[in-house]
Amino acid sequence: MTPRVLITDKAKDTIDQLKKRFGTELMFHQSGGCCDGSSPMCFEKGDFKVGSQDVWLGEVYGCDFFMSADQFQYWKHTQLTLDVTPGRGSSFSIEIPMGIRFMIRSRLFTMEELESLPPTKTGEEILAEQD
Amino acid sequence: MSTETLSTSKPVERPKIKEKYDHFIGGKWVAPDSGEYFDNISPIDGKPFSKAARGNKVDIEKALDAAHEAFTKWSVTSAAERSKLLNKIADIIEENLEMLARIETIDNGKALRETRAADLPLCVDHFRYFAGVIRADESSISEHDEHTVSIALQEPLGVVGQIIPWNFPLLMATWKIAPALAAGCCTVVKPAEQTPTSIMVLMELIADVLPPGVLNVVTGFGPEAGKPLATSTRVAKVAFTGETTTGRLIMQYASENLIPVTMELGGKSPNIFMKSVADADDAFFDKAIEGAVMFALNQGEVCTCPSRILVHEDIYDTFMDRVIERTKAIKMGHPLAEDTMMGAQASNDQYEKILSYLDIGKQEGAQVLCGGDKAGLNSGLETGYYIQPTIFKGHNKMRVFQEEIFGPVTSVTTFKTTEEAIEIANDTMYGLGAGLWSRDAHELYQVPRAIKAGRVWVNCYHAYPAHAPFGGYKKSGFGRENHLMMLNHYRQTKNMLISYSKEKLGFF
Repeated sequence: MTPRVLITDKAKDTIDQLKKRFGTELMFHQSGGCCDGSSPMCFEKGDFKVGSQDVWLGEVYGCDFFMSADQFQYWKHTQLTLDVTPGRGSSFSIEIPMGIRFMIRSRLFTMEELESLPPTKTGEEILAEQD
Repeated sequence: MSTETLSTSKPVERPKIKEKYDHFIGGKWVAPDSGEYFDNISPIDGKPFSKAARGNKVDIEKALDAAHEAFTKWSVTSAAERSKLLNKIADIIEENLEMLARIETIDNGKALRETRAADLPLCVDHFRYFAGVIRADESSISEHDEHTVSIALQEPLGVVGQIIPWNFPLLMATWKIAPALAAGCCTVVKPAEQTPTSIMVLMELIADVLPPGVLNVVTGFGPEAGKPLATSTRVAKVAFTGETTTGRLIMQYASENLIPVTMELGGKSPNIFMKSVADADDAFFDKAIEGAVMFALNQGEVCTCPSRILVHEDIYDTFMDRVIERTKAIKMGHPLAEDTMMGAQASNDQYEKILSYLDIGKQEGAQVLCGGDKAGLNSGLETGYYIQPTIFKGHNKMRVFQEEIFGPVTSVTTFKTTEEAIEIANDTMYGLGAGLWSRDAHELYQVPRAIKAGRVWVNCYHAYPAHAPFGGYKKSGFGRENHLMMLNHYRQTKNMLISYSKEKLGFF
């Protein structure tokens, strides 16, 4: 199956550093809207409450990746790659003090890939499974 | 190959900016608890130009201590006195407008032309507006019957937390600070980490105007300084401008403390051009063309950026030819050059994000009508964050039509009927701004009513007078900014229900 979210080596390194620093698992929630919007936010796992209106796109390098359900309707035909770039950011995403910012690069799925995408779950469902 | 129109003026001189700025707490300059400062990078050339204090929970607590101490007196300071002080702040900004405009340009990257003509004059006007409205503000009283009177009196909420975005650093700070102080609240402000300097220069100018602790500014990173402010049990309200995930997170924290919040979370604003726009090639047609090109104002870093152009199919060619021509004529260059019309994006991550959208737009098959790439500027600007003003043509389901790019990028599509225009306009998660351009008197009223957005500009765009309420429908947030109604976002109602009867009820 074609994963919905990929990750670059640089982003993996950042996740490793953050996990070490915070001593916890991490999670991502894709934002929308102005300023730092349209960027993925990284939090300590469980700090951001997800629910029935969030879509779980899968796990990326051991981290759950979520997006709000209405936003997913406009994003679902694209494969996302979690990357990292130098920058300041402006949100509560925990990598910001490192002078870097997670970001998303996107690619359209091919017609064949669209047939073989893994199923999504709601935030509520994935939390129940993980309990 | 560069195809941009370039500025030809030399940049104006840079004002003196301190090497570093501390927090402004309790009327004093307070070094950060961490002892650390972070570089503030100018988008003009990608180089540091000052340092900001790296705030943390301890600094936020200090600021809250100062604000709570000040609130005892500030909350009962007369409207006349509060008004006088707000007017004084306005006067000081006005006297230092040129210097502040230059620093705002260095901090944010936007063209001096805009900070001079829009950002700073609007700051002055907003302080004056709120200084004015509190002199005429009244609570209400009603006589329920001849012995019973109800007084509904507005009282300030207390100490509030205000989180400011980086796109209009001084103006967005003013939008939040002026009404809060006017209402009698004290505030702890957390500016964006991309733009922490201009507000500190303003604090230096107005340090002695307000009683210590009424206005406190703590700089730092969101997770280190913003989070302790938003989670504090000692704030009566949090006002936030930013994006949806952080908006939800702040609401989550507020739910734990049971306090109110107001949210301004951006948009994907439609700018609709009806067929009658092209009935004549006159001054109005020219104004409408400018209205479409408004997507490039502030490099597109505006929550209400008209990032979707909806144009009637019959006038598409006539209208868009001129819009493209006008867009190509936008002068790019050094933001401090007086003839530069569009400056730099505010940060490297913002720049990279916009480029990623130019990429996804092309992948999705949107046609590039102009721009579409980074701008190759030279003469010391090679390391700055410059992007060409870009127009895509496509359809409303494409991601460039649905997501806030927050860059100088707009996407155009056509419609056949008014119903279709409204349907496309409302096919978005957001509802902050919209534009409607027409010569038809009926459309001028009916179409704006049908658009689900908090602000519909009719035959104009990007005007932000203090006297008009501004805020979002749908996922663009709730609560309003500007306008006297804003005062009640910083107040609560004290009802005194008074009986003037000497007779007992007779129950007991």
